[in-house]
Amino acid sequence: MRKLLLMTSLFITTGFVLPVVAPIAAHADSASAVAGKMQTMPDGEAVYRHVCQSCHMPDGKGALGAGAKFPALAGNPKLQSAQYPAYVVLNGFGGMPWFSGLLNDQQVANVVNYIRTHFGNHYPDTLKPEDVSEIRPHLSVEEE
Amino acid sequence: MPHAHPPTAPTRRQLLTRIGTLAGSAALYQAMTTLGHAMGTDFRGPPKLTGAKRGTRVLVLGSGLAGMLSAYELRKAGYDVQILEFQSRSGGRNISLRGGDTVTELGGATQKVGFAPGNYINPGPWRIPYHHQGLLHYCREFGVQLEPFVELNHNSWLHSTGAFGGKAVRYRELASDFNGFTAELLAKAIDQHKLDEFVSDDERAHIRQAMKSWGALNKDMAYTKGNTSSLRRGFEKPQGGGIDGAPVPSDLFARKDVMESGLWNWIAFHERLDMQTTMFQPVGGMDQIGKGFTRQVKDLITLNCKVSSIHQDDHGVTVTYTDTAHGDAVRTAQADYCVCTIPLSVLSQLDVQVTDGMKAAIAAVPYASSVKMGLEFKRRFWEEDDQIYGGISFTDQQISQISYPSHGIFSKGPAVLLGGYMFGPAAYDFAGMTPEQRLQRALDQGMAIHPQYRKEFSNGVSFAWSRVPWTLGCCSMWTEEARKTHYKTLCSIDNRLVLAGEHASYVGCWQEGAILSALDAVTRLHKRALGAA
Repeated sequence: MRKLLLMTSLFITTGFVLPVVAPIAAHADSASAVAGKMQTMPDGEAVYRHVCQSCHMPDGKGALGAGAKFPALAGNPKLQSAQYPAYVVLNGFGGMPWFSGLLNDQQVANVVNYIRTHFGNHYPDTLKPEDVSEIRPHLSVEEE
Repeated sequence: MPHAHPPTAPTRRQLLTRIGTLAGSAALYQAMTTLGHAMGTDFRGPPKLTGAKRGTRVLVLGSGLAGMLSAYELRKAGYDVQILEFQSRSGGRNISLRGGDTVTELGGATQKVGFAPGNYINPGPWRIPYHHQGLLHYCREFGVQLEPFVELNHNSWLHSTGAFGGKAVRYRELASDFNGFTAELLAKAIDQHKLDEFVSDDERAHIRQAMKSWGALNKDMAYTKGNTSSLRRGFEKPQGGGIDGAPVPSDLFARKDVMESGLWNWIAFHERLDMQTTMFQPVGGMDQIGKGFTRQVKDLITLNCKVSSIHQDDHGVTVTYTDTAHGDAVRTAQADYCVCTIPLSVLSQLDVQVTDGMKAAIAAVPYASSVKMGLEFKRRFWEEDDQIYGGISFTDQQISQISYPSHGIFSKGPAVLLGGYMFGPAAYDFAGMTPEQRLQRALDQGMAIHPQYRKEFSNGVSFAWSRVPWTLGCCSMWTEEARKTHYKTLCSIDNRLVLAGEHASYVGCWQEGAILSALDAVTRLHKRALGAA
């Protein structure tokens, strides 16, 4: 897992071109993990469908588990400022992984703009890739 | 090499005895390690905790391996131990699915497992490295029978959509050719004096010799089509008996294709310490370990307890929970100390009374997303048609791998294989699908390696860890930054509370991490309790 995210991050941020395949071994039994190829995610909805809905659910309503939850994006007042969801996507939050290595600035902006204009949200202002670039953190997965 | 040591050298035991006599046991341990013994994780035997103050109570939260082992060792030390578990089963992420089982995930999707009797899939941990001596110790102590898990299979498939025209190649073909061509290049560089500047005469001769044997080069130091290379990669017409028994060597791949393929990643994969042979699995499913642990502490476990808060003061710990088996009654449990093994993905959302530093540590560790697919087929076509007995085929498609059962080999009738094991982008994508979509996608992708897939398919189940209510993810995923800032705090005893689990270890995502973390936590807690007595 760890290697996987690290490598992905390197590839994206440096524009490094992968060999024909990029099966990247990851850590531990997570281990067996290998990065399948990243989907092409041309817009915010694609990012949401291929990444976010695995936890926040297709309808953006989140889910309730063992005394803990995946928060809803539908009607969530924390989306008022676009900076906040952008920060969470980049850095992760609690058990939520960080996506700074997986998503480029445009994709982060796209998905933030998507969730702020769907699921009953109607925020008019949009986030630009430059805004994302400014707050992108440096996070590295541990060497194995 | 058959004769690596001259016959006059002392035997290993003679040598160790001499070192032990001369230098004492520390040197002996060091020497043993150097000579290849005593290797493993940082397990130095079970703790021998004794002399707990009578009546001291410890509350353990969670009945995964870390929780149950903590309870086992603490009770042995003399504590009054109680375990609260959220699920209606013990074992935690140590789990196996069989026919008749039901999987209900967050979002509501429910799957009924349709496997034939005797078949199972391990959606969580599924293999144990030989050097995970902590886990192996307790398996032995608790009577859990183990069998070999086939990790590396030279006859398995390696597949990349962009290499070899999208056709899968055998591991042995790819590995032989990669080694052979690499050895040839190095030998050539030596013979053309390209390495004279860096490598001494003697060493060049050794390397040259090594390349010849490692890479299966011919007498001219070339890797070419012939018996020598085919005895590695396999023959076009295999060796036979009788009048027409002569083998026909196979063609090599083009070097350029091998190097471009990226498939060499899978050679490296098996070389990792974690994946080296011999690996093990419990006979009858990974959950036999959870059951073995449960046998030791069953009387201490209360199931169906949803913890909502953990409070503590100078006198003790109070845990509030909902008893979901009894009309959601809200109850409290009190103890002198608490060992909390609740996954951080959940714990970080509960009301936990700890220092700010500990609170920050609990919230600092994201959980990886992972998806596994268990597919049942009507027959073992991978054995019958492809001579693949256990092991793993790899692909650059989302499913990433297909692993064949290490058990029941040669048996007739339906069998279950691991039809996908994903982390990262593929796991997010698969977890976001319906179970039916996951199955269809796994079958489509599996067809690229096994054209028999559709015809032989019977039924399947998917397990998306990010949709599991009691973990909200698969396992801990530390960043370097978080480890530096928070790890020591996470492992420290916070007044009367200590955390345990794979997340509090450097063996994250492995059961061994849970074992070593639990042993360390209870050892320190015991010391603390005695000190405070």
